[in-house]
Amino acid sequence: MIDLIGNIWSELELARDILSWACFIFGGLAVVSGALGIVRFPDFYTRLHAAGVTDTGGAEMILIGMLLQSPTWIVAVKLFFIGTFLFFTSPVATHAIAHSAWMVGFKPLEGPELKYRENGE
Amino acid sequence: MGRFIILVLALAALWLLLSGYFDKALLLGFGVVSVLFSAWLAKRAGVLDGDSVPTGLLPRILGYWVWLGGEIGKANLMVMRQALAVQPKLSPKFFTVPCPPRSSVGKATFANSITLTPGTVSVNLSENEILIHGLTEEFCDVAAITDMGERVARAESKSAGAAS
Repeated sequence: MIDLIGNIWSELELARDILSWACFIFGGLAVVSGALGIVRFPDFYTRLHAAGVTDTGGAEMILIGMLLQSPTWIVAVKLFFIGTFLFFTSPVATHAIAHSAWMVGFKPLEGPELKYRENGE
Repeated sequence: MGRFIILVLALAALWLLLSGYFDKALLLGFGVVSVLFSAWLAKRAGVLDGDSVPTGLLPRILGYWVWLGGEIGKANLMVMRQALAVQPKLSPKFFTVPCPPRSSVGKATFANSITLTPGTVSVNLSENEILIHGLTEEFCDVAAITDMGERVARAESKSAGAAS
């Protein structure tokens, strides 16, 4: 069974190369635009969203690209685990940062004019 | 007891797949001992419940994850467009959405899904509401986010009886 899958896997090398290059390009673009967003967005809360792009689109797409390039199934399984654990842990970290900023009363920029609200809630 | 067996099986599968040893008796023995020891510790610490081993949620949540993957892709493109735009049109704001899932695992899954989709970050959870920070008006779509919550609630609906 594993031999059969391995044979199909190596037969599909060209298709895997094309797919994984697409994943690498999209993932790299996501990482770069996430980094650009962190620099360009105006305040703490909006920068969190840019970091989210690097966390999800960037990391997962690059991991999928590497998964398609893996030489043995044991490497593929490990990459799959890395992706799964990132999928669960990165939102927890983002939520922890956002929640603690909100708890200490960090003021957000609001509305299309990006102004701080005058009167506190 | 069912939960204990499932935890042992899951830990054994994780150990086998991460180590890659299938024919070294000594190492496999160590693996068995460490798996049983961790499962025993979890049982002794009293954390072996619906939160740590969410058996009822697992089979139905897989389809939800596939759907969530597509949503994450779409939201990624929208945030990337703002990050690369010459003049980003941001209108960030806080808003609340109702939280349909009832169990704590369901709530955590829903809040994590909101955070995973770029453009929305869950900031605070109260009893039945989640406070969200959205990046632009497009992301502040209460109906779409509530629909996501309904999907999580549907995935957990069968487990609600089994978990308690």
